[in-house]
Amino acid sequence: MILQSVFFYLFSAVLLVSALMVIGARNPVHSVLFLILAFFNAAALFVLLGAEFLAMLLVVVYVGAVAVLFLFIVMMLDVDFVELRAGFLTYMPVGLVVGVVLLAELLIALGGWALSPDLAANLGEPMPTLAEASNIEAIGALLYTKYVFYFQTAALILFVAMIGAIVLTLHHRRDVQRQNIERQVARNAENSIEIVNVEPGNGI
Amino acid sequence: MEIGLSHYLTVAAILFVIGMFGIFINRKNVIVILMSIELILLAVNINFVAFSSYLGDLAGQIFGLLILTVAAAEAAIGLAILVVFYRNRGSIAVEDINMMKG
Repeated sequence: MILQSVFFYLFSAVLLVSALMVIGARNPVHSVLFLILAFFNAAALFVLLGAEFLAMLLVVVYVGAVAVLFLFIVMMLDVDFVELRAGFLTYMPVGLVVGVVLLAELLIALGGWALSPDLAANLGEPMPTLAEASNIEAIGALLYTKYVFYFQTAALILFVAMIGAIVLTLHHRRDVQRQNIERQVARNAENSIEIVNVEPGNGI
Repeated sequence: MEIGLSHYLTVAAILFVIGMFGIFINRKNVIVILMSIELILLAVNINFVAFSSYLGDLAGQIFGLLILTVAAAEAAIGLAILVVFYRNRGSIAVEDINMMKG
């Protein structure tokens, strides 16, 4: 139990510090790398909570896809990032005020609630014990049966996002030569070779 | 000391506020604003998983899965719009995004 406490404080401390570095780092490449560190620590917290499937998903989806996408965009756009940070200090006071007020509200709300005593009888999807089914097995048994509509909606959202991203970023450049496969295939000897009888002493 | 539900909720609340704070202080860099939105969604996800784990209810983890999906789609679309905007205007500063005069 003491080990669990130690790891909880370690992971959450690194998570919060790296989240602060995400918004505070001078170089956006460093921001993205701290974002990756934050995701790794959040995944570790999920493992501590017993949600192994979501932890692995966080590593695969966030670190493997989203953060690398961010890194790719940051490196692809040729932007002077020092200039972009010019207004950093002017917005600091209002940001601090809003942040402190919001945090105070959240902590007050956190201290002012209690779980209903008859909660255990009213669970939506009671979690099976580890002897009955592992976390991923339980999620799969639920996701593909009762929540299959949400699962397919999520798939549709990803599909629309994929098409949207391709449509937005695809652009045809007019100043480059492109291969026209139809014309290449339709070409034959009759309309591409011409036999010219060149008289001696004359050019074509 | 026993780690309870409120410990995780506190961490998620602080992470949420850090994300909000990032949106407020980075008023010029759209990429950092997008990363702040990712942090906020991560904080929400930690809340869902913590409640799911401590109440013994799997629905929270399934909802967290759906949030993960939406966050990935949002990041892809947001970055695509950013690339198109940079191609058209040559800048990603928030103050330059006023073509619609909003």
